[in-house]
Amino acid sequence: MLSLVRSGAEGDGFAPPSTKDFVLPPIFGDNEYTTKPIALVFLSIILISIFFIASSRKASVVPSKLQFAGESVYGFVRNDLSRDVIGPEFMRFVPYLFTLFTFVLTNNIFAIVPMLQFPAMSRVGFPYALAILTLITFHAVGIRKHGPYKYFKNILFMPGIPKAAYILITPIEIVTFFVSRPLTLSLRLFANMFAGHLLLLVFVLGGEYMLNDSHLIMKLFSPFAFSFAIVLTFFEFLVQCLQAYIITLLSALYIAGALADEH
Amino acid sequence: MTGSLNLVGFGLAVIGPALAIGMIFAAYINGVARQPESRSVLQPIAFLGFALAEALALFGLVLAFVL
Repeated sequence: MLSLVRSGAEGDGFAPPSTKDFVLPPIFGDNEYTTKPIALVFLSIILISIFFIASSRKASVVPSKLQFAGESVYGFVRNDLSRDVIGPEFMRFVPYLFTLFTFVLTNNIFAIVPMLQFPAMSRVGFPYALAILTLITFHAVGIRKHGPYKYFKNILFMPGIPKAAYILITPIEIVTFFVSRPLTLSLRLFANMFAGHLLLLVFVLGGEYMLNDSHLIMKLFSPFAFSFAIVLTFFEFLVQCLQAYIITLLSALYIAGALADEH
Repeated sequence: MTGSLNLVGFGLAVIGPALAIGMIFAAYINGVARQPESRSVLQPIAFLGFALAEALALFGLVLAFVL
């Protein structure tokens, strides 16, 4: 199989997709800022705004289809992700969690929309920014509710444990609250989107390479590559929705943890 | 990193998350089998656990590419 690949008519053989395929050139100008991911992020904001403004104008008691769709998304975030997780004070956080959910979901879905086909969240800066926002939010919420001294005493020196255990537990808690939570929140989203886009690239570019190859047997087997790319597209849709749900759920859980009183 | 050592490392690293995801969904299936009404209660917990375990496998995949 390797010899078939090397002797193909493509010249150098198949060049598998790598991290270079994620660095996209600027659309106009010579800077790094007018690139496709940034254009996609702006497009996602415009689309989300248009959709939710259109679904909530002329709101009637018997909803139209658009109003029902908009209300379903908002109701899902408000009920299942905020109220059940945070508890009585949840309404303050619904705007942030709703924005997070719809922003991440829309940008993820752009990875499988035909002409766009690039997940903005596979450029690691975007997940980092979202995770830093969540970090600031949940610490600020805790400090504002309990006061700074009491809040940090609660989370770093948890009550109800024998005092000698603090030597072991407090460094772990420091790393958890300030490093591990934002890092895993962002890298989980980034890694899922990066891996998904890479998988789709492998099968689509590989299928195209096989189709253009000079050997007949490669041309015959290229539909398998393309059909697996289609299967992976559906799987990617599932992963994208799941990742948007998970990042919002974990943000809500962290906020709930910051608001919780001592046991 | 030279050669394909990063891929070997990734292959070893992904044993843990694979076992973890299997155990999480085994627990979910067991729970739903014993009490089918608990499906909607257990489902968010199952998906949360799945995403947390899969995150570790994907860290390994990304590092195998980046390093």
